[in-house]
Amino acid sequence: MKPASSVLLLTTLTGFGYGLLAWLAVFALCGGLPDSRWFLPVAVVVALAFAGAGLVASMLHLGRPERAWRAFSQWRSSWLSREGVASLVTFPPALGFAALWWFQGPDSAVAIILGLIAGALGLVTVFCTSMIYASLKPIRQWHNPHTAPDYMLFALFSGAVLLALLLAAWTGKASMAALVALAAAIIAGIAKLAYWRFIDAQPPLATLASATGLKEYGEVRPLDAPHFTENYVLREMGYRIARKHAAKLRRIVILIAFLLPAVLAALAALGAAPLAASLVAALFTALGLFTERWLFFAEATHVSTLYYGR
Amino acid sequence: MTSLPQPAPNAKKLGLVIDLDTCVGCHACAVNCKEWNTGGHSAPLPDHQPYGEEPDGVWFNRIHSYEAGCGSSSKTVNFPRSCLHCENPQCVTVCPTGASYKREEDGIVLVNADICIGCKLCSWACPYGAREFDELAGVMKKCTLCIDRIYNETLPEAEREPACVATCPSRARHFGDFNDPESKVSKLVAARGGVDLMPELGYKPVNKYLPPRKASIPTKPQEQEGGTGNALLRLLDKVLSR
Repeated sequence: MKPASSVLLLTTLTGFGYGLLAWLAVFALCGGLPDSRWFLPVAVVVALAFAGAGLVASMLHLGRPERAWRAFSQWRSSWLSREGVASLVTFPPALGFAALWWFQGPDSAVAIILGLIAGALGLVTVFCTSMIYASLKPIRQWHNPHTAPDYMLFALFSGAVLLALLLAAWTGKASMAALVALAAAIIAGIAKLAYWRFIDAQPPLATLASATGLKEYGEVRPLDAPHFTENYVLREMGYRIARKHAAKLRRIVILIAFLLPAVLAALAALGAAPLAASLVAALFTALGLFTERWLFFAEATHVSTLYYGR
Repeated sequence: MTSLPQPAPNAKKLGLVIDLDTCVGCHACAVNCKEWNTGGHSAPLPDHQPYGEEPDGVWFNRIHSYEAGCGSSSKTVNFPRSCLHCENPQCVTVCPTGASYKREEDGIVLVNADICIGCKLCSWACPYGAREFDELAGVMKKCTLCIDRIYNETLPEAEREPACVATCPSRARHFGDFNDPESKVSKLVAARGGVDLMPELGYKPVNKYLPPRKASIPTKPQEQEGGTGNALLRLLDKVLSR
């Protein structure tokens, strides 16, 4: 599958934003946030800015972006529509969370309830995003039980890294959030390794023989293609990455997206230059997860390319 | 509405039967489809650099050729590929806007180009690669089963069939109602063992493919070594064989 940068940005940035929102609600509930009137509203705005940037990026993927509002209508059947609806309904409670915190202070129970609602809706949005991919039957690397939990884990991981950075910048230390980020990095990294193990062992969905209905004749081999140049189907669905690059990129992802952020989060938790450590951790996480998402697309194969012998 | 409709009790199930035994791979169906549809319901079907180095464009039919099997029983099979108007079309249910829909009355899967946002998700959901994106209009396009021919009362009744069917010189394409057991397409599928493409994916395609017949007609070799009866030719053969 072609890794369109608009979609890569959508899925990674909304992960950062809604992941942060979820952790803000949890930390607010547990009293783990600075006793400041400003921290939480600023952090919520940062979270919504990340999510909003992702949603705007996704509009660039559309052939007719001016009609994007129509995507809210088919939530009964379409995960893409549900994603749109969920992303939008997350904003009012999130803004209410920030506003009530600012007006009533950290003791406002209503603010925390609104925060928990917003955090949950943000995670629902990430789940809907993951289900867009997980529900596509022609793509075996997406249509499997790993996709949805992985998206949730990566969102929670990147949100924790972002929260550690905000706390380190605000208070000079980020012990608890950095520990959460460390644990999330390890779990998310293991989940990614498990995903790769799974897709490498997966049998193909179909064969050219079943795709052409010629099973009873034995093996089917492509002879002449319908056209000598690429067409839409081949450009969009036939994107391939050389195996050797995939192997190298997987190692890069493990290093940049999970290992380095884990080490840096551990340093920040121990109080060794928390701001610098969590800033570099956040940058590595962003770059690493973007690469991870690129691979998620580039390694995905679509059964329709069987017709072209690919 | 992109939820799938409950078919009405006496609804039609329109589709194609494609005979892989008689298809000669001439691409006439693809060409006539392009010709009709670039002025039809989903018009235009754009082309990019049609006379350039890398011609590219939107086509609703693509004609592949395959080799099936090995040895004397192997076959060269020409294989037209187009939308199969599935009974369980995921391309419809994934659509976020309702632009992609399946008609209740005859099962035809269509795109409403006026509300399509061009997210391309439907093309990802189609295992058959049947949908092609119109980069110029920014919307998805697909086979309409020539909805503007089959119900077109300005055409003579005999011509109210899809353009690909009308033009096929080897009668390898047939159009009809699969819900009518007496229709030509139902009888062909029953008689020739029509098959679904990729049934394992569960899309329940309406279009059926008739596999090539296994029987082959034995042909005598054209030349026989030294086998001519004429004495003069035998002599010539000897001289020339030296």
